[in-house]
Amino acid sequence: MMHRREWIYGWLFLSPALLFLFTFTHYPAVKTIVSSFFSTPRGKRPAKFIGIENYQALIQDEVFWKVLTNNFWFAVGTIPISVGLALLMALWVNSKLKGTTLSRIAFFAPTVLPLIAVANIWLFFYTPGFGLIDQFRSGLFGLPAINLLGNPDTVLAAMIVVAIWKEAGFFMIFYLAALQSIPPVLKEAADVEGASNFYYLRKILFPLLMPTTLFVSINAVINSFRLVDHIFVMTEGGPDNASSLLLYYIYETAFKYWQTGYAATLTVVMLILLSVLAIGQFFLFDRKVHYQ
Amino acid sequence: MSSGKYRLPGFDTVLNSFAMWLLAFLWALPLLYAIWTAFHPAAYETNFVWNAPLTLDNFKSAWSAAPFARYFFNTVLLVTMILICQFILCTLAAFAFARFRFPGRGILFALVLLQLLVMPDILIVENYKTIRSLGLVDTIVAIGLPYIASGFGIFLLRQTFMSIPKELDEAARVEGASFLGLLWKVYIPLAKPTYLAYGLVSVSHHWNNFLWPLIITNSVETRPVTVGLSVFAAIDAGIEWSVINAATLMTSGPLLIAFLLFQRQFVQSFMRAGIR
Repeated sequence: MMHRREWIYGWLFLSPALLFLFTFTHYPAVKTIVSSFFSTPRGKRPAKFIGIENYQALIQDEVFWKVLTNNFWFAVGTIPISVGLALLMALWVNSKLKGTTLSRIAFFAPTVLPLIAVANIWLFFYTPGFGLIDQFRSGLFGLPAINLLGNPDTVLAAMIVVAIWKEAGFFMIFYLAALQSIPPVLKEAADVEGASNFYYLRKILFPLLMPTTLFVSINAVINSFRLVDHIFVMTEGGPDNASSLLLYYIYETAFKYWQTGYAATLTVVMLILLSVLAIGQFFLFDRKVHYQ
Repeated sequence: MSSGKYRLPGFDTVLNSFAMWLLAFLWALPLLYAIWTAFHPAAYETNFVWNAPLTLDNFKSAWSAAPFARYFFNTVLLVTMILICQFILCTLAAFAFARFRFPGRGILFALVLLQLLVMPDILIVENYKTIRSLGLVDTIVAIGLPYIASGFGIFLLRQTFMSIPKELDEAARVEGASFLGLLWKVYIPLAKPTYLAYGLVSVSHHWNNFLWPLIITNSVETRPVTVGLSVFAAIDAGIEWSVINAATLMTSGPLLIAFLLFQRQFVQSFMRAGIR
């Protein structure tokens, strides 16, 4: 009797959340895969089944390979540096140095700002001949103006800097939480044994922080696919798609060119990439998580 | 970093302090620069003299150049609506996962967790079709709908609810409380810190969200500040940088001020919400 009641209550309490979850996460995810095998509906002409034509187009599409490569370099450029800086920030902020409160505020502030607003500020920073970067260059070294965002060779690097600046403080928080949960006895024991700070960091602290590092890294990878707001303000993907990322290309395909069938195909690629990462995360965590 | 044994009088400390301050300064620089230009006349945009006259004119021009009052109203409405719905839906779902045994619980919970990976943020094409078929394009409700059943919120609250000792429910049940009464009188009060943490994370996330609102709105009546700001800054018909920076600060201002006032709670909330 009691059990039957629990069933009913369980389902009753879950149903509102599940309704929305299915409508806006699971249904669209499945529907994306289905749509990727159909043509884009036009006017009165409904979508027609076209098999793998969209996928053939995908393989031929130079822009797709370009944005995928960009996304790869964006991730490679952003993740190690932002995670490394985050750890450094956390170690500093957690220490007994002077000015930790102000530093913590400075490191964390970019996290609470809208990326779109941040992009405006950085656009101003990068403005050729006028922004702060060129002011420094001409003021201190007498160098000519450079257009970092207008040059296909430098634009992605310029965007990576913005992403690192935005994210490092956020990742710092996770390290800070982990550091505060490490018992101080470990440091005392290391001191008694005459271990140097460096030895303590390398042999005790880093291994203990391993699960955090993995967690933060996976978050960073997901973010490198998800964060595209700054592209709208700073470059619109240009010049010549040099700063476009996968999600931005999906947006352009779907809402600028209205190729929704092809946009679904691109989204499938995104879903596959994220799933592969999830599986990778599962195995990595499985092996290293025992420290917790 | 390595001279712990010899105790050189604070050489490490000096070096580390200096490096930390330098990095903190670099991190604050973009924001400080934006603040400088926003509060000074355009002539001082790159001219850093201590006695440059302060002004609020840039804020006035930005405020009158675009309907920011309406944008703010929209964002506040949006964020409040999302937060209330998330609290209700996630609380009920988390309670069900934490306290009831029913068939399909494991699979359903896995499906909830899946949303941590496959976020509505990337399913923009199909979600747009759904919203269109519901006839809700260009409404504030449409901006919030995909986010109100939050996998993250359900997970976070479930963890908290599971840490509440079962003896407490039994005591309340003996007194004749219903499940809803139990939730309301025992579970929710004990989970207050989690609600605060999740609330701060949710508000700052949805205040800052841009891509989905950009897609689903196309009028002044529905646009949140982030989209309003991008529309305003995109008309590059000679709007001065100082005015754009003023608008930028304005849109992030409420969050930034809240952060500076409650920065300890903010950091702790993000920490609490981040530990899984």
